[in-house]
Amino acid sequence: MNSASAIDIGRPAIRREARWHAWRGELKGSEYTWALAFIVPYIAVFFVFVAYPVVYGLWMGSAASLYKELFSDPIYQSTVVNTALYLALAVNVKMVLALLLSGFFMRPGWWMQALLLIYVLPWAVPLQSGFISIHWMLNGEWGFLNNLLYTLFHIEGPSWLNQRWLALGSAIASHIWKQMPFWTVILLAGRMAIPLEIRETAKVDGATGLRSFVHITLPLIANLYLTCTLLSTIFTLGDFGTVYFITGGGPANLTHVLATLGIRNAFDLADPRLGVAAVMSALPLMIPLVIVLMRRLRTAEVQL
Amino acid sequence: MSVTTAEVTTHVTTAADVRLTPTPPRQQKHHSVRRSRYLTNAAALVLAAVLVVWTLAPIYNMVMVALESKGDVFSDHIWPTKPALDSFRVVLTQSHWYLEHFWRQFGNSFYIGVMTTLLTLLIGSLTSFSIGRMRIRHGWLVSNVSLLTYVIPASFLAIPLYRIMQSYRLANNLWAIIAVEVTFATPYAIIVFQEFGRSIPLELDESARLDGASPLQLYLRIYLPLMAPALVAIGTYAFLLAWNEYLYQFLLLSSDNSMTVPVALARFLNSDVAPWNYMMATAIIYAVPPVALYYAFRSRMRAGLTMGGVKG
Repeated sequence: MNSASAIDIGRPAIRREARWHAWRGELKGSEYTWALAFIVPYIAVFFVFVAYPVVYGLWMGSAASLYKELFSDPIYQSTVVNTALYLALAVNVKMVLALLLSGFFMRPGWWMQALLLIYVLPWAVPLQSGFISIHWMLNGEWGFLNNLLYTLFHIEGPSWLNQRWLALGSAIASHIWKQMPFWTVILLAGRMAIPLEIRETAKVDGATGLRSFVHITLPLIANLYLTCTLLSTIFTLGDFGTVYFITGGGPANLTHVLATLGIRNAFDLADPRLGVAAVMSALPLMIPLVIVLMRRLRTAEVQL
Repeated sequence: MSVTTAEVTTHVTTAADVRLTPTPPRQQKHHSVRRSRYLTNAAALVLAAVLVVWTLAPIYNMVMVALESKGDVFSDHIWPTKPALDSFRVVLTQSHWYLEHFWRQFGNSFYIGVMTTLLTLLIGSLTSFSIGRMRIRHGWLVSNVSLLTYVIPASFLAIPLYRIMQSYRLANNLWAIIAVEVTFATPYAIIVFQEFGRSIPLELDESARLDGASPLQLYLRIYLPLMAPALVAIGTYAFLLAWNEYLYQFLLLSSDNSMTVPVALARFLNSDVAPWNYMMATAIIYAVPPVALYYAFRSRMRAGLTMGGVKG
């Protein structure tokens, strides 16, 4: 860089011109100004509300002593277990069911269309409304679920939210209830995109039922399925609302996930740095996920 | 789940059957074929019933509790004993201490939703116009930056953003929330707009430029009108995103005047005095705008979603 400028010293005008050209590309004078003016609002938003908070967060969570404190906290340890379970179960059960159900919704007929309209309702209902309802529905004494169990089967249902694993399971089920319709619709669109001729050819060749699914459908939407699963993993990792509304982290702070523990540390314990540390401890999982996703999403755009 | 597997695997053939071979009577009334078709349909019905119960149970619960009077909430019935719309009246007329600012809060939610939608559309379309149509140099960098922002969970930036908003004295200010929602809605908007913009031929812009149109005129007269379907899809997406957001509203809005409906709603979530019938009525009213919007623009949203690949 330095040597290049030394050569150019006698020709500042040309140098400036060249650099201008490199920045503007094909655009001329006022057009470049317009293009710049159009893009500046987003760049400003990015720097003020993404880049600055990211750097600020990294700075807040940079002290090593924070992590010593964090890792020795038994609540954090159970949170890590919960988060792993939450990710493994919520993401995979949701995505496998969505994959299978997207096939179910390919069935012809008006009543399948009607069923699909009902099925996407949880996605359209705001999560606060849906989860407040589920929270009360799971009440051990007066909840609808236990009333139903008693009326139909004379079973005394448990206190769903008062026991760690039942509560965590309830949160996972609620997450699936809310998010599965969205992914089903996406995978359904992916299946629709498979050309009919391919399926027809396969059928002529004798591939039906399970074989058609394994040999035709699966290879063609495997890519989409994987991208969706990775994307869903990262969204589920950042899912604050489900656990907050369903279990509130209880009983006894045993059902927190990293997203809710960060907020709890920062605001209930009034220790923002410890909260940032809890979130930052997800970085070893976040960073590889982000890198893989960035690469996949860039190419997926072209494919779909 | 074995039922589902069977369903999925059989359906592919059924769908193909109906669409591709309009005259399928080649295997006339073989008993086994008829029986397996009958079984398939029966299994489909069972699965459909399971799905309907699973989907509607929490919604039924919401409606049921909202239709009950206060005392009946604490009972073991699975349907409302004396259904009445009284809870809705109480919410809409703000005649309970818990709901005395309901309309103000609803207005706040609405203001945030509408402003987020408009700003997301404006900033997103300007950015994608600059990158995709004017092909500004290093535009790909901005594309990647938006992709990166898209995969960062909003909740992970909550603590630093909260402190930043505090230092800007934007606590209890609706614009703090709008800024956050726009930040997390524009990346997806940019991605989808760029994808959709590829279907509009660049020659249109070029011939208009030869006729002396300025970039602003290109944007307003050619780009925006042709982008209308994508604008509708992303507008709906941005509104739903803002309407579903809770964490930032909960952290940043605490005064009665700035609070939004969900924040007010969740105040008594874990309290013994929670007026559940009023809370459920409020939850239902809060769900009406997004559900109406979603079903109105469902087909266009799906188009937008598939266009952008797999964005959520």
